[in-house]
Amino acid sequence: MSSIQPSEKARTRDIIAAAKKKERFGKLVPYLLLAVTSLTVLATFGIVYTLLKETFTFFTHINISDFVFGTEWAPFSNADPSFGVLPLLIGTLKIALIAILIGVPAGLACAIFLSEYASPKVKKIVKPIIELLAGIPTIVYGFFALTFVTPLLQTIIPQLKLFNALSAGIVVGIMILPMIVSLSEDALSSVPASFRDGSYALGSTKFETAIRVVVPAATSGIAASIILATSRAIGETMIVSLAAGSTPAFNLDLTGSIQTMTSYIVQVATGDAGYGTTIYYSIYAVGFMLFLFTFLMNRAALYIKTKFREEY
Amino acid sequence: MTTTLVRNDKETQFRVMKNENWQKPVYETNGLNLWYGTAHALKNIDLSINEKEVTAIIGPSGCGKSTYLKTLNRMVETVGGVTISGNVTFMGNNILGKSMPVELLRSKVGMVFQKPNPFPKSIYENVAFGPKIHGVRNKAILDIIVEDSLRKAALWDEVKDRLHKSAYGLSGGQQQRLCIARCLAVDPEVILMDEPTSALDPVSTHKVEELIRSIKNDVTIAIVTHNMQQASRISDRTAFFLNGEIVECDRTSTLFSTPTDERTDDYINGRFG
Repeated sequence: MSSIQPSEKARTRDIIAAAKKKERFGKLVPYLLLAVTSLTVLATFGIVYTLLKETFTFFTHINISDFVFGTEWAPFSNADPSFGVLPLLIGTLKIALIAILIGVPAGLACAIFLSEYASPKVKKIVKPIIELLAGIPTIVYGFFALTFVTPLLQTIIPQLKLFNALSAGIVVGIMILPMIVSLSEDALSSVPASFRDGSYALGSTKFETAIRVVVPAATSGIAASIILATSRAIGETMIVSLAAGSTPAFNLDLTGSIQTMTSYIVQVATGDAGYGTTIYYSIYAVGFMLFLFTFLMNRAALYIKTKFREEY
Repeated sequence: MTTTLVRNDKETQFRVMKNENWQKPVYETNGLNLWYGTAHALKNIDLSINEKEVTAIIGPSGCGKSTYLKTLNRMVETVGGVTISGNVTFMGNNILGKSMPVELLRSKVGMVFQKPNPFPKSIYENVAFGPKIHGVRNKAILDIIVEDSLRKAALWDEVKDRLHKSAYGLSGGQQQRLCIARCLAVDPEVILMDEPTSALDPVSTHKVEELIRSIKNDVTIAIVTHNMQQASRISDRTAFFLNGEIVECDRTSTLFSTPTDERTDDYINGRFG
């Protein structure tokens, strides 16, 4: 039997000490991670709390039904300020609707092309370009709408104003494109190849297979992508602030200046509304409404994704 | 001399115009070679598939039997990098030529896959899919086709009360019979089956085999199987593939009782493969 040398003993001791140190750190890790996680949760609650608190204050100034059902939004009028949110709501819906009409068909066509038709080589080139679109700051989209799309549209529609819902909506539609393409393409690509084989083997063309088998099988993913994109269009701020104007309009005209919920908040936040005024509290009420919309949209997307999953 | 496949646009249905002079077999293969990239998967295949017969194709994994089957409806092309030479005729029509639209061919040659692959639609919609693709719009006609196809596939009694429920509520064996009904709905001349029972339990396998026996009077069947008992039970003729070549092809009873090639004898007696 060989006896253990003193130096070896020391080394063993060091190894054990190091292992113990590691163990102590390992025990600490979950607490550190929990702390960071709590911070995120806390931030969420903080934001919602502030939003709710100031919104309640607003409703002590203005009657809630006057706000929700009012058709005139004139907060800056000295003589007779009114806070009917419907003009802002209609402004937001105009933008969202135009954006969906542009973004959804184009996005789906793009996604179907990439998933069903494009060779891997083409896909490798096209996908990054579309993803680049997602990386463009919205302020750039904003002046693209103002300085390029609006003048272009004016050659077709002469009565189009400098600030208008149409060009802002179109550009928001382009902005949400990559989101629809990317999510829908994922949904289409994850449809099992065996469905396509089954369809081809019955004598279907590539197009029939794509439209009648692959797209229906990917419905839940596609619908979720559309809802998320809509929610993004509703919350879009920069493009509408720059290109859609700041005139609340309670009508269905697309050629004139409008104001959306988001662009109103920008107008007040960058203006000189004093703390404690009704105008100051109004941005919280509008913000809360916006939050409610996007929150419900996101929940709907989640619901559709889980509920309407095609089981296979 | 030949029979031609035509698309009758008035009814937008596919039909086979049979010429009286046309004789069996349904499929004739001469000197077929196929490469996946540089891998030589099929070597000089000569094989006939006779009308209203069940032809079994047996052989060990990787012998090219599935590849051959997929050549017959050109599904083999869905994988990229395939080179084909030689001759394959379906009812006298060269199917490898550019002039043959694959959709037309596949509307006359159905395929059943290894794993049941019904569409994520209702049972009804699964069966009606093919006829709809080929232009049948009339609901009453579709109803008749669906019932008829499900009856032929011996599935009608099991599903008649749940036609509009998802096909994925069916068992694996029922799903596979649904896939066969889906093929039958387009009234094919031939059904190609690629190991149709390998994912099924013995009872379901038995039902599918019964089904094959009951439809073989109406339709020609080519079946790839790794199960030699199955081949001997259901087929009229058997071809034995090995390393991309045909070793032997004969009446099933002959091939299994008195094989002429030693390798066939070794394989069917389980000495390799």
